[in-house]
Amino acid sequence: MLEIKNIYKTYLPGTVSEHALFRDFSLSIENGEFVSVVGSNGSGKTSLLNIICGSIDIDQGQILVGGKEITKQKDFYRHRTIGRVYQDPAKGTCPSMTILENMAMADNKGKSYNLGRGVNKSRISYYKELLQPLNLGLEDKLHTKVGLLSGGQRQALALLMATMTPIDFLILDEHTAALDPKTAEIIMELTDQVVRAKDVTTIMVTHNLRYAVEYGTRLLMMHEGNVILDKAGAEKENLTTDSLMKIFNEISVECGN
Amino acid sequence: MGLLLSVLEQGMIYAIMALGVYITYKILDFPDLTVDGSFPLGAAITAVLIRNGVNPFLILPICFVAGGLIGILTGLIHVKLKVRDLLSGIIMMTALYTVNLRIAGKANVPFYTSETIFDNRIVNTLIPDSLADYRTVIVMLVLMLLMKYLLDWYMKTKSGMLLRAVGDNDTLVTSLGIDKGLVKIVGLSIANALVTLSGGIFAQQQRFFDVSSGTGTVVIGLASVIIGTSLLKNITFIRVTSSVVIGSLLYKGCVALAIRFGLQASDMKLVTAVLFLIILVISMDRKKKVSANA
Repeated sequence: MLEIKNIYKTYLPGTVSEHALFRDFSLSIENGEFVSVVGSNGSGKTSLLNIICGSIDIDQGQILVGGKEITKQKDFYRHRTIGRVYQDPAKGTCPSMTILENMAMADNKGKSYNLGRGVNKSRISYYKELLQPLNLGLEDKLHTKVGLLSGGQRQALALLMATMTPIDFLILDEHTAALDPKTAEIIMELTDQVVRAKDVTTIMVTHNLRYAVEYGTRLLMMHEGNVILDKAGAEKENLTTDSLMKIFNEISVECGN
Repeated sequence: MGLLLSVLEQGMIYAIMALGVYITYKILDFPDLTVDGSFPLGAAITAVLIRNGVNPFLILPICFVAGGLIGILTGLIHVKLKVRDLLSGIIMMTALYTVNLRIAGKANVPFYTSETIFDNRIVNTLIPDSLADYRTVIVMLVLMLLMKYLLDWYMKTKSGMLLRAVGDNDTLVTSLGIDKGLVKIVGLSIANALVTLSGGIFAQQQRFFDVSSGTGTVVIGLASVIIGTSLLKNITFIRVTSSVVIGSLLYKGCVALAIRFGLQASDMKLVTAVLFLIILVISMDRKKKVSANA
């Protein structure tokens, strides 16, 4: 279980642009939940992910995983049990290295990166097995540099790499936003399969209300650093894109957009 | 012939340094000026140890380790104290000038009569007197290839792959649960180990330590790396490390030609700077063409 307790975060404190985003913000997420987070720009969705991953520090409050406090843990240390896919497909892979080298690196996560051989040849057939279901033909391009792949191909690879080793959380930061609609659909479908197969606790930030409604077991809407809508189970099932859009418009009108 | 030999000797000695600069400049995207201090550091250590009768071959690993430690210091200044990359190097370079003087004792230390890796009983027996002129080139070829293949091997290890990844996309390194700062420190350490080794070999070939021999080393290294990688980038079967070595040889060739055509040895630094500028402009020009066509 992930617990965020009474956190405070102010951007640019002591300047004219000072902006208090989170004031006494709390949230808990049960194991196995697939949470979709929606909200307008600046509502704190991505900041929330960054706070969970340790990419930005908080001013006050606590973050606990399974009852253990991780507030002071460094970002890279937290990532040992977190898989993360970014909006920018270039961030999840190394462009100048081959698909094989990228997968071998991800495969070694959690173990020592020592002077042993970087690519274990006996794992190649396993990598091909992982790539096959994507239907992108990547299994035949193992020695191609990732920089030569399309955004969708890279994102699919990034998703595979993020979930190759056992993780406690999968963090998806608008991971379909930079893709064309058809590719986004494929990646979203793939995400759902991976989450179900691994039964991993997932937090997905998205601007696509339909994805938020169709996928996942819980839906959060954020606005100005607060959760203004939190639906799970049957309540979430009954949500429609239209009803969600209505609520979304209301809050947007309120703040004058 | 003498000119060609000297270009080959110097080119291969500096190639080891250029391999180090390749790691910092191309892989880590870190213009490391420490090099101007860590190169003569190797020379200073070599001068003192040779004059104290230490086996010249044993001095090579000592230089390598010393350079590695210096690289770690540069890395710590940059990563832990959060000093900008260029400034971290300048700080280390300036500090090393004094350190090198202290190690050597004075600004110039000759060791003309001592044995070196190029001139000792073993080498003189293995390579007969009829090939005496080629002794340095042969020893250097072996050493340079050894370092090149060692680096090639390292780049394919798990640790080496992380090093390549950190320059390419450091977010991924964090995602893999690894401290990217640590990887950068490792890279700087290996780079400066190579540079100091190269400086030590240079001193053994010259039989001389000169405290100012390091000035401009980084520029020579950058020029070699850029010549090698931009000239040979379209030839896929040549490894990058080999391109860097070829770049170093070409660079030394250009300088030798410039001197042949009437420039003085004292003009060297200016020649170095102008050549580097020309190389930079040419390689940037090519980049622009590529993006315009894309």
